[in-house]
Amino acid sequence: MMERNLAQIALFAAMIAALGLVPQITLAFGVPITAQSMGVMLAGAVLGAWRGAAATALFLVLVALGLPLLSGGRGGLGIFVSPTAGFALGFPVAAFVTGLVVERLRLRPAGLVAGLGAVLGGIVVLYALGAIGLSLVLGKTLPEAFMLTAVFVPGDLLKAAITGMLVQALARARPQTLAWYRRGPANGAA
Amino acid sequence: MISLTSPVETRAHRWPAGLKLGLLCLASTGLLLTADPVLHGAVLLAALTLYAAPGRVFLRTGLGRLRIVLPFVAIVLAWHAVTGELRAGIVIALRMTTLVALANLVTMTTPLGDMTDLIRWLLTPLRRIGLPTHLLELAIPLVIRFTPVLIGRADMLADAWRARSRRRPGWRLILPLMLQALDDADRVGDALRARGGVTEPQRQE
Repeated sequence: MMERNLAQIALFAAMIAALGLVPQITLAFGVPITAQSMGVMLAGAVLGAWRGAAATALFLVLVALGLPLLSGGRGGLGIFVSPTAGFALGFPVAAFVTGLVVERLRLRPAGLVAGLGAVLGGIVVLYALGAIGLSLVLGKTLPEAFMLTAVFVPGDLLKAAITGMLVQALARARPQTLAWYRRGPANGAA
Repeated sequence: MISLTSPVETRAHRWPAGLKLGLLCLASTGLLLTADPVLHGAVLLAALTLYAAPGRVFLRTGLGRLRIVLPFVAIVLAWHAVTGELRAGIVIALRMTTLVALANLVTMTTPLGDMTDLIRWLLTPLRRIGLPTHLLELAIPLVIRFTPVLIGRADMLADAWRARSRRRPGWRLILPLMLQALDDADRVGDALRARGGVTEPQRQE
């Protein structure tokens, strides 16, 4: 149903924004870490590759339009030329890869495969793209650029683990919302 | 939802958004092609003059939004001071600041409606080849409407949590927030369908 797909994509875009803006949701240990990139992981893990990528791309369109939806109330065109542009532009790719993992990897339980997808899409792929952006803007080599971002990896590993737990809970509470889970492992590659 | 367009009305607010975006692309490309520190300094100065022209409030808001590049400016300058290529570091820092400053300037002087029209215009070729670009135009107001709703809901969930526990709510709020968002999506989907669905409206042009 086209209408429901559109609504889910829009609602997840709104949720990615809310996760970055509500102070109570920050994951605190010492420095508050916003949950925004967890929204990206969740979009891929819950909606799947294409709809997850659409939700994150839609979120970026709204940021480009000038809405302050990125964590800390940032937004506008400046984001897309800033040193962290690679991370922002990498969001749809990260959600897509996360979705691809949960759709293709026939592993159970659901939380495990979602956590793996979040690590691959939301960390490996996202940091690769983020480091490319940083190295272009700052004129550094890729390993140097990656070094600058490495401090954030532990926080994002935690987010991937929480993504896994949330998807596990969702699979138990409402398996019908996870299209890839509903199909079941026995049906083979779709 | 408040957009980042400046409430201080400038002359540039009335310029066509496409013109501003075109100028921005030209200026940014030009900056990427040169490595002359004097030229970069001059362009940054010119950009700051544009920020100062509409008055104090505009300047302060604009400078506040430039803060996102500050940590990177510090890193680059420190890095290049250590490696002894300070001149190159200054060019990189100036360019980075100017690129963000100019792009933010376009955002600050372009009302949301103008931006949406611009996107619609930029998507014309995709529409011509038959892609359903009207779905994007339908989705944008949905996100604008639902972001404050979800934020309000998260606040409410946090209040409910605090009434029961002394620990911080943190990530535990996300599952109920997500379940409610999925419920909303079902209802919005039904509502869209009841109003005729998301098929392309027949235009009389």
